[in-house]
This record gives sequence, C-alpha cells and structure tokens, in this order.
Amino acid sequence: MTFYDVIIVGAGSIGTPTAMALANAGVKTLVVDKLPSVAQGDNKHAIGGIRATHSQKSKILVCQRSLEIFSTWEELYGDDIWWVEGGYSFVARSVEHERLLRETVEIQKEYGLNISFLDAEQIQELIPGINPIGLHGGTYSPEDGNASPLYSVHAFYDNATRNGAEFKFKEQVKNILTKNRHVVGVRTDKADYQASFVINAAGGNGKEIAKMVDVNVPLEPESHEAGITEGVKYFLRPMVVDIQPGTDPTFGNSKNYYFYQNKFGKIIFCITPNPSVKGKDRTETSFFLPQIAKRMVDLMPRLSNIKVRRQWRGLYPMTPDGIPIVGTVKNIAGYINAVGMCGQGFMLGPGLGEVLCRLVEKKITSQDKEILKEFSLYRDFGSEEKLK
Amino acid sequence: MKDIQEHPILTIPERKKISFTFNGVPLMGYEGIVISSNLFLNGIKIFGHHEKDNSPQGIFCCMGQCSQCMVLVNGQAMKSCMTPLKEGMQIESCEGLPELPARDSPRETQQIEILKVNTLIIGAGPSGLSAAKTLGEKGVEILLIDDKDRVGGKLVLQTHKFFGSQEDVYAGKRGIEIADILGDQVKILESVRIWLNSTAVGLFSDGFVGILKDHDTYVLVKPENLLIATGAREKMLVFPGNTLPGVYGAGAFQVLVNRDLVKPAEQVFIVGGGNVGLIAGYHAIQAGIEVIGLIEALPQCGGYKVHEEKLRRLGVPIYTSYTIVSANGKNRVESITIGKIDENWMLIPGTERTYKCDTILIAVGLNPVDEFYTKAKEYGYSVWICGDAQEIAEASAAIFTGRIEAIKILNKMGVDISDCDELTYLEQKATIMKTHPPSPTEFACPDKEEGIFPVFHCTQEIPCNPCTTVCPQGQIHTINDAIDKLPYFKGEKECIGCGACVAVCPGLAITLVDYRRDPQNPHVTFPMELTEEKIKKGSTIIVASEDGNLGKYDVIHSRILPQFPKTHLVTVQLPANIAKLATAIKLVPKKQTTIEPIDLYKSERIEDDEIVCRCERVTAATVRMWIRKGVKDFNELKGLTRVGMGSCQGKTCIPIIMRIFRDEGVPIDEVTENTIRPLYMEVPLGTFAGVKREDENT
Repeated sequence: MTFYDVIIVGAGSIGTPTAMALANAGVKTLVVDKLPSVAQGDNKHAIGGIRATHSQKSKILVCQRSLEIFSTWEELYGDDIWWVEGGYSFVARSVEHERLLRETVEIQKEYGLNISFLDAEQIQELIPGINPIGLHGGTYSPEDGNASPLYSVHAFYDNATRNGAEFKFKEQVKNILTKNRHVVGVRTDKADYQASFVINAAGGNGKEIAKMVDVNVPLEPESHEAGITEGVKYFLRPMVVDIQPGTDPTFGNSKNYYFYQNKFGKIIFCITPNPSVKGKDRTETSFFLPQIAKRMVDLMPRLSNIKVRRQWRGLYPMTPDGIPIVGTVKNIAGYINAVGMCGQGFMLGPGLGEVLCRLVEKKITSQDKEILKEFSLYRDFGSEEKLK
Repeated sequence: MKDIQEHPILTIPERKKISFTFNGVPLMGYEGIVISSNLFLNGIKIFGHHEKDNSPQGIFCCMGQCSQCMVLVNGQAMKSCMTPLKEGMQIESCEGLPELPARDSPRETQQIEILKVNTLIIGAGPSGLSAAKTLGEKGVEILLIDDKDRVGGKLVLQTHKFFGSQEDVYAGKRGIEIADILGDQVKILESVRIWLNSTAVGLFSDGFVGILKDHDTYVLVKPENLLIATGAREKMLVFPGNTLPGVYGAGAFQVLVNRDLVKPAEQVFIVGGGNVGLIAGYHAIQAGIEVIGLIEALPQCGGYKVHEEKLRRLGVPIYTSYTIVSANGKNRVESITIGKIDENWMLIPGTERTYKCDTILIAVGLNPVDEFYTKAKEYGYSVWICGDAQEIAEASAAIFTGRIEAIKILNKMGVDISDCDELTYLEQKATIMKTHPPSPTEFACPDKEEGIFPVFHCTQEIPCNPCTTVCPQGQIHTINDAIDKLPYFKGEKECIGCGACVAVCPGLAITLVDYRRDPQNPHVTFPMELTEEKIKKGSTIIVASEDGNLGKYDVIHSRILPQFPKTHLVTVQLPANIAKLATAIKLVPKKQTTIEPIDLYKSERIEDDEIVCRCERVTAATVRMWIRKGVKDFNELKGLTRVGMGSCQGKTCIPIIMRIFRDEGVPIDEVTENTIRPLYMEVPLGTFAGVKREDENT
C-alpha cells in the first residue's frame, strides 16, 4: 500500500489545480481519475469564461484569486493558456433587465469589483455589430476574461506533476476507506491507497463519491450544450451574456446564453435551456443549434455568416442555491467536499485549490473561513444568488 | 484558359464565359462551375496563406470537407470548391484569418423544417442508388440525399470501363454511363425523393439527422431506418512538403479534370500504384497531361495488371519499391524527390532522384466514411451500411452490398422479400467482387494460326465477364464459367469477327487475330480509346507487346461499333511471329520526350516540416514528442496540439496519427479513440436560424 497525505478524486477543473496547490506546498498528493487523461470529464466541455463579477461574496473572492493565477500564468510559467483579458458584458434588452443589472452592478462595486453599467451607445462600441433595437445598455467588467480550459488545466497538471503530485488515470475509486470515523484512504478498481485526507472533486459524480462516506450532498447535474465556430479575425472583446429569456415553441425555451471570441478567433457559445435538462446525458441534440442560432443572429446579425464547426454538451453539477459545496463534513474526519460548482468549476478551480490546500494544512485565513462558511454543506440552501 | 478542349471520352459542353476578379485582377471563367476550378483555369493555384505559419493554401479535398481552398467572395470567406462562380464576383485570396464582414442589418429567419421519413439513404453513389432501387421498387418511402449536384457518387468521375458482370453491374460500361443507368432506374420510382447538393452535417442523439439542403437550407429529418452509403475518403501521407499547393488526392484531380474539364497540371507525378493511382494516370493522359512517373512502395503495383499495362504502354515509368522523399518548391510544387526503399521500408541512401513536375497526386488508398454509422449505432438508430463505407472495394461490389442491405431493411420492415434474390446468393457474389485478384499469370498464347479468333491478353483473375456476354456466337467463356476465372475462346462455332469483345473489355486486353486473308501477315484488331480524332486507313501507329514496342505499322482499317461509341477498333497487318503477342497500339507521339531526373532540390529545408494536421498546421515531430512523453489518449493529444480540431474535423489526420502511434510502438488498443462530434462539415450559424444565404454573399 502506498501512503499519501491527500488523495483527490477527479483530475478536472478543481482536482488538478488543487493538486498543484498541494504539491507546491510539499503535500504528498495523489489524484485518481477513471478517465484516460487529465481534464477529460467536464473541464473540456467548459467554454473558458473566467470572471470575478459574481454577486456572491465567496465566489467573488475565490475567482479574484483565480483571475490572478490565469492572468499571470504565462508570465510566471511560460505556458500559453490562451488567456485574454476581454471582460464580460451582460446586455440589457428590456427596462426590467436594465434595472436588475444596474442593481447588481451597485452590489458588485461594493465588493470592490471593476464593473460599470454602460448605456446602449457604449455597448454598441464595445460589441461591434450588436443589434441596437431594444438595447438598454449593459454591464462591462474589463478585468474578467477567458482562457482555454484544456490548456490551462494541462498547464496546472504539468506544474503539479513537476512538483511531485501523482496522477492515476483509467482508475476508478470504488470506496473511501475509513477507520473510526476517519478517512484512511481509497480503494480503486486497481489498488488501495492510504491517505489521511480525501478530497471529492468528482464534478458530475460528486454525489456518488460523497455517498461512499454516507454524506449526502444536494447536487443534481444538468446539461448545457455548447458550440464553436471557425476562426475569424479578432473583433469581439468581451464575453457577451444575453439574459433575455428566449421563447421557441419548436426547439424549446431558454434562459440566458453567452458567447465570446477566443484568442484564435473562434466564437464559443453556450445556452441555458428552460426548463433545465436534468441528468448526465452528454450526447448532442439536434435542437441546440437552431435554438441558439436564432438568438445569436438576432442579437448580432453578422454572426449569421460565421461557420459553426462543432457542438458538444457538458454537465453543470447544480446545487439548490447555485453556490458550491466545499469543506469538511461533520461525521467523517479527513473527508472534504469540493463539488457542486454549478458550471463554474473552471473559473473557481485555481482559487479554490489554494483554499483547499490551506484547509488541509490547517492554515486557513479569516477570509478562507468566510468562504468555507458560505460554501458549507450545512448552510441554508433556500436563498439563491441574484444573478448566476 | 487552361481548360480541356478535347477529350477522347467526355463531350465538351458549351459553357458560358463570365468575368470576375481575383485580388483585383479581371479574369474570365465559366458560369456554374466552382470558383476553385475557375481559378485553376486561370493558372491560379495559391488561394491564400495559413494564419499560423503563412504557408500557402490551395486545393486539397475538392469536396467541401476541408477548408484549404477558402477564398473571400465579395468579402465573405467561402469554400471555393463548393461555390459556383457568378458574374462579377470579387474574389480575394484568404490571407490569415478572414474577417467577418460587418453585415449588421437584421436577418429574416424562417422556421426550420422538420421531416419524418421511412428510410433515409445518405449517399447516392453506386451502393446508395442500388439500395434505393431495391427499396423503391417495393414502394418504401425513401429520401436519398447526396452532397453533389448529380447522382452516381464517384462513378461520375470515371471515364474508364468497369469490370464485373454485365447483367449485375453493367460491366464494360464506363463509370459515367453506369451512373446514368443507376440514376435513371431510381428517378422513375415514385416513392423515392432525391435531394442533390444536400449534405448530412449532424447525426443527433434525439434521432434527427441534420441536413444542409441545397447548400443553404437546414432541415431536420427523423428517419425510421437509416442507410449509410457515404463511400470513402482518400488517405494522406506524411512527407516534407506534403501540404504544398499542388499536392492533392487523386479524387480531387478527377473532379478538376473529369467533372469541371480543367487542365490543372502540365506534368503530374503519382504516388501509389493501386487502381486509383493507375486510373488517375490514365485520366491525366486522356486530358492531355503528361505523367512523369508513378511510384509504388510495394515490390508490385496493387492495382489491376491491365490498368498498369495501359500506363506502361503509354510510356509512363512505374517505379516499384519507391517512396516519396519530398515534394519540393517554394510556394507550390516544382519537383518531387523519390527514393528506393529496402524490405524494411527504409530509404536506401543514394537512390534519391528528383523529377520536375507541377502536381503530385496522392493515391495511397481509401478509408471508409463510417463516422455516421458509428454515431448512429451509439445513439440506437435502426441503421445499415453499404458500399465503400462498409468495406473498400470496387463499385461492382458496392452495387451488391447496396442491394443486400436494402433487402435486410425490407426484411426488418416485414415486407415480403420472397421475390428478391437470396441474401446468401448476393453475399457470395459481393464477396467475389470484393476479393482482391491474385497475381497475374503468364500469357497463354493460343497455338492456332488459322481462321479468326480473339486472343486474351487477360492474365489476372479479376471478377469480370462482359466478353462472355457480348459474343453473338456464345463462344467466349471463362474457365468453369466462373466470373473470377480467365476467359477463353471455345471455338465450337466460328468467330464472326464482330469485334464486340475487343470493344467491351474494360482492360483493353482482347485482340482479334485474322489469318484468313494472309496467314503470314494476319490482320490484328486492337481497341483504342485515347483519341477523339478518327484514325484513318494508312495512318501510322505503334504496336506494343507486354515487353515493349514492336514497331510502327500502318492502319489498314478502323471502325467504331455503334454500341461502343468511344472505342476505336483499329486493324493493322502484322508478321505472324508477333501477331498474337501484340497487346495494344498507341499513337505516334507528336514530340518525343524522355523523362530525366534533375539535380536534387537544394533549397534549405525547415526541420520537421512534415505536416500531420493541415488545418491546424501540426507537424509529425510535435505529435511524436507528445506520444513519446506518454500520451495515449487521442483526446488529450487534441487538447495539447490541436490535431483534429480544425475545419476538416480530423478527417485527414486521424488515420495518420493512429499510424504514428503504431510506429512509436504504442499498441492501438491502448490508445483512447478520438471523440467525434457534429458537425461533419462547417455550416454558417445563420443557416440554423433559417436565414437564407444572402445574395450579397453569393
């Protein structure tokens, strides 16, 4: 049997940067994933948006640190992870949404975020070709951005392995081993490994992993579809989020949808169906492209001519209030949840990894304490974030 | 303009000349044919430069599957091989990433049509058509789609006569004729709807197939049964210079030459001695293009002996146990370097030779287009597969497998199939058609030297028998009347010298020897199809045997049989000692050319410029580096290098990379397969919103 300090279940958006943080702190870490290589779960389905401009304090704090890591990565380590500081823009296409966004901006400013509400004219300047009809302005947070999920997590993986973290792929965790209500290791389909901490970073499978230690996490995966186009010359800076609900009797209603142009000119887009699609099905549907195309072409007619290359579908492990579940549990010592990222695992990962590292090392700061309180499994799940 | 003015087989249509510009230069072209062919007509072969390394881009697949041929049409990036030329088009080369035009006026959108059909057949080539016929004759409601503007698949590009049996697969007819016959049989069926210019672009888990109809309208079709008849795509090779404009597949070449009647090259070199390569060489010569040589890595050509002989006789040097060392040239192919390989496939140093040429055709085999089938199986469709998509073989086999799968569909639907052929019988026949023929045998020269009779220079057991069915005397048989045995003349009844067997033979491998007038100098009749001009009595031609030229002789008689309008039957008088050995005749070349190697290409070569993924410009060295670092998951390799993430969606590079894995000693069963997702071809976003393609773009 091999001994580790920490075993992380899942080599994805959360598990990989957490392993990196732990390895950098000299903690002997093993990551186990049933898939054949790093970031093959839902990390590669993420579209790559990274923002700190949430409306919930802990998410803001975590993502601010993530942004720091993403934006300085190339400078510090040399890997091009396709980081672009393009900003985010939530556009308002009704009076009601203008009011909602203005209100949110005020709260976000209070948290010290760089965000403002722009009028329709300024938005037109920011988003070339946006349909001015019914445009009521929108928010702009210039310090948010985007990066390639695959390249980023691979860079974290390289860094983690260089610093001694071990990864086992094609290996499935079958049980979390405990002794006297304390974690002692994991059993996979291939071997047993000993450790005093187990971090559940299993994304869409987080509920099943938690069950191994009789912990019930209120987590229900739902799926969103996304797509990517050919590359065209760079023209669009921010991630554009349209929160106007969409009605479509044929292809289904939708909530918001969003898109941005990545460093190599491709437009990546994603939609939130209404009602949401529960479950773990990741197969492509025929309704996605007609549904989102109509909305995108309506918002930005010139996108009519860009060619779609590929579509896919990924999971959003949702919690009742849209806020992650991170931290220790009451009945089993050494077991740590890092689940329920609600589709934001990629942007939360690097910041959260450091919090988790400090949690393991028992070095949590007062800010960490605050974060872990808001992300606690034992919070009241009744309230929802203002603008998810 | 570099168009084909005369062709021995194809009729040159009247084409309307129109004007357009390329990078501001006014040019003339033909209306209706695609932009890429019109650019070739004007000698333009570089269509732009890649955004990553500024490498020149041009024609590659010629069927809308990649994006190498992208140009800007009135400001909008479009695939030139799929976009017909219109009067006044302003075309520009695509330099780096294209700009998305600022066309910001709101678009009118229409509802996307949703359709339910009983059976959807994807692909109207030989197998799809034959399946549609079998199903349609039973009244099954069928939607048959094809991405081309006519039915027939690759048959429409084939000017040569096909092998097989006459009654089942129209052997002895040319591919272009078989396409018409099969098409006509299907077009009269009431229950069959045919959508041309319509591509299946996605197959989804909810049972819908997304079809781009008429190039611009998106339709979702939900079939109860799905038949995949999508054919094959060409394999590509990795060698230095492999993406230079001027290196492309034999299929693209046939599109340019035989469909659009463009003369895309002056001098071609062919890589690959299978039937595709050999036939491409023959097509080139028909189009008046010089074939500098053909190389085959194996010790013998894999294609039919008769195809090889046709080329050899025309003076094309065929080098076996040779490989391509590099394609050379600055912006386009200027020469090819080849070299001999040993039994371990290693280049023998010092054997490299360089030949001047402007085009290199890659014909190293085909891969089935079976991703729709794989996906349909995964998503639980009621799905079948036929033709080359099922297994690479001749068109004759595809016609059988189409029928077989159609009968299986009928059976599943509960339709009475008692009047259809037995499946086991059809499967036997299909197996014969698929079987690769054995090596050729020695020519068996008949002893007889009197009267008149056919001589069969057919020495390879190809499944083929049209000679047996055309003989009005019923005297030609194959051994044991088996289609895959060699033919012989029975002689129970006299040969009447009609020449039908000479004219019908797809291998041009039958002569007629007549001793009746002059036993010392018999009359020998040969087939000849490489010229349009009438061969007159008294003109001089060259007579050849398998071993070389036998000398020049005068034509004493020439005729064309009405049922074989493109094949001349040319009679010469030959001395008795060579009469039966003579296999073919050819025209005396207008100018005698000898093909000599030139100095080795000296220009400095960038290390590792062998491109694996042409869309994302990933080199073989990069892929090898990651594989050596332990990457075994194709999806990880995609993330790391971008291979397979480009516009062709990995159609070209996936097989190449699997080969690199194998070469690097990674067992293929340890490699995690690449995840394939829709779309199968890039489609404008607006199309999914029901936006009609705007006039300003086209």
